[in-house]
Amino acid sequence: MTDNKELNSPGYEIPEDLQHAVSITTIDRLYNWGRRWSVWPMMFGLACCAIEMIAAQAARYDLARFGMEVMRPSPRQSDLMIVAGTVTKKMIPAIVRLYNQMPEPKYVVAMGACASGGGPFKEGYNVVAGVDKFVPVDVYIPGCPPTPQALTAGLMKLQEKIDKESIRKVRWYQKGADSVELPIPVLGPDLMDPRRYNEIKMLAAKPAEPATESKA
Amino acid sequence: MYGKGIIKGLGVTLKRFADTYLDDIQWWGRRYYKAEGIAHRSSKDTRGVFTVQYPEEKLPVPEEFRYVPFLVYDDGTDGGKEVRCTSCGICAKVCPPQCIWIVRSNDPQTGRPIPEPTEFFIDADICMNCGFCAEYCPFDAIIMDHDYEIASYQRNVFNMQQLLKPASYYKSIRPLNYQRNDEERRAKEAAKAAKAGAAS
Amino acid sequence: MTTLVETETLDLAARFPGSAAADTRPGYSDWIVNKDKLVEVATTLRDEFGYDLLSHVTGVDYFPDKMEVVYEAFKTTGGPGVLFKVQVPRVDPIEVPSVTPIWPGAEFQEREIWDLYGIKFTNHPDLRRILMWEGFEGHPLRKDWHEPFYEEDFKPLKSRWPDGKYVSSEDKNPYKDNLQFPQNFDPEKVKIDGEAPLYDTLQKYTTVDGGIKTDHIIVNMGPQHPSTHGVFRAAVVLDGETIVSLKPVMGYLHRNHEKIGERNTFLQNMPYTDRLDYFNSMSNNWGYSLAVEKLMNIKVAERAEYLRVIMAELSRIQNHLILIGMLLNDLGAYFTPALYAFEERELILDIFEATSGTRMMCNYHRFGGVSRDLPEGVLEKIRGLVEDRLPRKADEFDRLLTENEIFISRMKGVKVMDAEDAVKYSITGPVLRAAGVPYDVRRAQPYGIYDRFDFDVALRHNGDLYDNYLIRLDEIRQSIRILQQAVKQMPEGPINSQKPQYQVRVPAGEAYGRIEAPKGELGYYVISTGKPNPWRYHVRAPSFINITALEKMCVGKKIADFVVILGVLDIVLGELDR
Repeated sequence: MTDNKELNSPGYEIPEDLQHAVSITTIDRLYNWGRRWSVWPMMFGLACCAIEMIAAQAARYDLARFGMEVMRPSPRQSDLMIVAGTVTKKMIPAIVRLYNQMPEPKYVVAMGACASGGGPFKEGYNVVAGVDKFVPVDVYIPGCPPTPQALTAGLMKLQEKIDKESIRKVRWYQKGADSVELPIPVLGPDLMDPRRYNEIKMLAAKPAEPATESKA
Repeated sequence: MYGKGIIKGLGVTLKRFADTYLDDIQWWGRRYYKAEGIAHRSSKDTRGVFTVQYPEEKLPVPEEFRYVPFLVYDDGTDGGKEVRCTSCGICAKVCPPQCIWIVRSNDPQTGRPIPEPTEFFIDADICMNCGFCAEYCPFDAIIMDHDYEIASYQRNVFNMQQLLKPASYYKSIRPLNYQRNDEERRAKEAAKAAKAGAAS
Repeated sequence: MTTLVETETLDLAARFPGSAAADTRPGYSDWIVNKDKLVEVATTLRDEFGYDLLSHVTGVDYFPDKMEVVYEAFKTTGGPGVLFKVQVPRVDPIEVPSVTPIWPGAEFQEREIWDLYGIKFTNHPDLRRILMWEGFEGHPLRKDWHEPFYEEDFKPLKSRWPDGKYVSSEDKNPYKDNLQFPQNFDPEKVKIDGEAPLYDTLQKYTTVDGGIKTDHIIVNMGPQHPSTHGVFRAAVVLDGETIVSLKPVMGYLHRNHEKIGERNTFLQNMPYTDRLDYFNSMSNNWGYSLAVEKLMNIKVAERAEYLRVIMAELSRIQNHLILIGMLLNDLGAYFTPALYAFEERELILDIFEATSGTRMMCNYHRFGGVSRDLPEGVLEKIRGLVEDRLPRKADEFDRLLTENEIFISRMKGVKVMDAEDAVKYSITGPVLRAAGVPYDVRRAQPYGIYDRFDFDVALRHNGDLYDNYLIRLDEIRQSIRILQQAVKQMPEGPINSQKPQYQVRVPAGEAYGRIEAPKGELGYYVISTGKPNPWRYHVRAPSFINITALEKMCVGKKIADFVVILGVLDIVLGELDR
């Protein structure tokens, strides 16, 4: 397989008679190689895209070829959250909570237009315009919905990203950088992000502009 | 007999397991990585392993397949790009989630609108791939793309430079549509020329 | 029950002089009923005239002067329905008596109207918000309520062309996001517990009387749970493993379909309907095009009628296959049946993709026909599937599952619903037919060209889980039968009776178009004022209305059965929450 070749570190000469028995690599490469072929996604579907995600898991596209077939219903056992579908204000507290519960290293793929930026439902009153407003997203896959092949292409993009990681630089091994829990958004008269309480208070105190003011 | 149903069910699974090898032998050497093999695996006669080995082999997309739209340009005589779009705005009007933004400019001298759009944006994170823009475009200037491998590390708002693709690309992905549109255009131009000839 | 009045014409005005009058607005039909007499009229319609199935209840905001609540009831023996409306002045508090005591199937729909329109239903057993959370500001479907990203009342938006400089909606909003707050709102001072009303409702079930000290516990299943089929949540009160009470909580995928639909033009709604029941975009399109074609009063091209039938029936087959596969997954058989089902689904989706352009979001119908003809070779593919492969595979599923002893012991005898209750709760689709009511819109009020085909309405009588599984297999076989006829009979010809146009003219009036979707009766109630955009666009979603009876179905059963009941109910969240 080509990837085993990549795993072998060039740069060091291996004597010819040892080549069939010895292989030299770096910790980084070994670590990334192990990680990229065993990304376990969370069994977590929101809307239409989830069906294409299931289709990608099923026989025809078979994500098992990428070591991604183990869909875990529990966030505690998963490495990857495929946000597949429209993120609503009512759902986002649960999504952030799930993200917090995932052990690091953790990745997020925004699958489809809705998860990436609100999609066709962006103008709706109950829709979060992109999951990246609350959780950090690694790969964005446009499409409505992305076909299973497009999803696979996106997941390969994630693998490429994992390849570039270095064990010395990744945030979860940094000193003092223990995984900080994201604050859970609160449902009030509208969705409230605890990080923005002061801003909301300040802006709400301003006299309303007629163009954006709503009469409930 | 108790357990008969379970045995029967297991029989079905076993048969499918055997089918895998039978089909592999029958299609020896032609089953994978070949257009013929992929077609067989997508037909009603497929048995056994159903998997398409993406990305080594790709499931061919049909001509009508639609993903995010792009803008078509023809190669101009002077080597420049002749953008087909006339900024008539039909695509922006018909777009259900309203993800198309078009700036139409006026000629500073005559004050008349310039056909070519000054700016053209499609927010791919709103686009619902419905295909209305391409369907109702009177100039075949906006076409639904076949390229689905466009995942990226950031949000996608495409501007005109990113959206423009040559007519030859359009021809390569949708030969039948291209041919039909081309004939229509020629007929229209011929009619126009005949009219102009008759008038003069 | 009193004896049914056997009349062809129903004259409510004569039956209730002074409190019911014919709706004489141009394009409208049937009756306007006095608010005080509503309950009486409804009871009479059900008991005397035999309109036993309440199809849908919805609100309409005739801004600025009145609100209207629209009811439509049908007879399970078939035929056209009766539409009756209650009009109330648009001054808060707006109150209308609830019809839930007469038709329990109205319970969630009335909650939805309260949530989205702010119409209070007196005498309603449990009037809480349903799609939005408790504490949300405003009633979104009111015409004078605007969302944070509001630009204009109607599309196309002027900011897109001819001076369409790209500005994201976020940049136009003061909060730089899809947010709006009341004047002088302070998030730190206001504490809203959106969950409190739910737990208050459940409170009465948690106390246990009698000798030993024991407790009922409340378990929340969902919104993230592998067997709730999406972001559905159920708050379950348990006594050991037995369900004492259960309240569905929804709205986690409420995508504001109807609000967006009222801003869209008529055509623009078509791709949005794809995203309702995302397994069956082909049949979703149909219901909507039926409603609008009724308003426009146009005929559908002959070939297009056949294409519609073919696509809708293929869609039904793949829907039922997935249901069976996923059901087994829920039952613990893990993935094998689901994988088998997905194989057949892929072959059907190939046909959708080749014809319409995408696998799932087909956007195939146009008013008066369909968007594209079958490409070369696709008819052969369909023929191959319906003559050869699908019948074979239906038999294979039969062999794989039907006699499996574990399967039977989990499914047989676990009652979902009996016929009488099913009708009361407005359940439609396979679940109703599995309970022994032969009600299928394709036969009860044929649309399209279904009257030309020879097929049986699949029917089972026990109403248990096993029957609910079997009826899916029956329906697959009946669909194959229809398809075989349709493929043989399909004529050549144009695929659209209208010229392609992006702005259709729709005369003022109301129309309700309904079809037999794989999940039940899918209907669209559309009101046009003659403008390019609908005034009201309501979806009668079978998943949403079928779920009303979930509590009734589950009480007294084990928690493990709940998962299976939810599985056979065949809900899909895109449609349930809209």
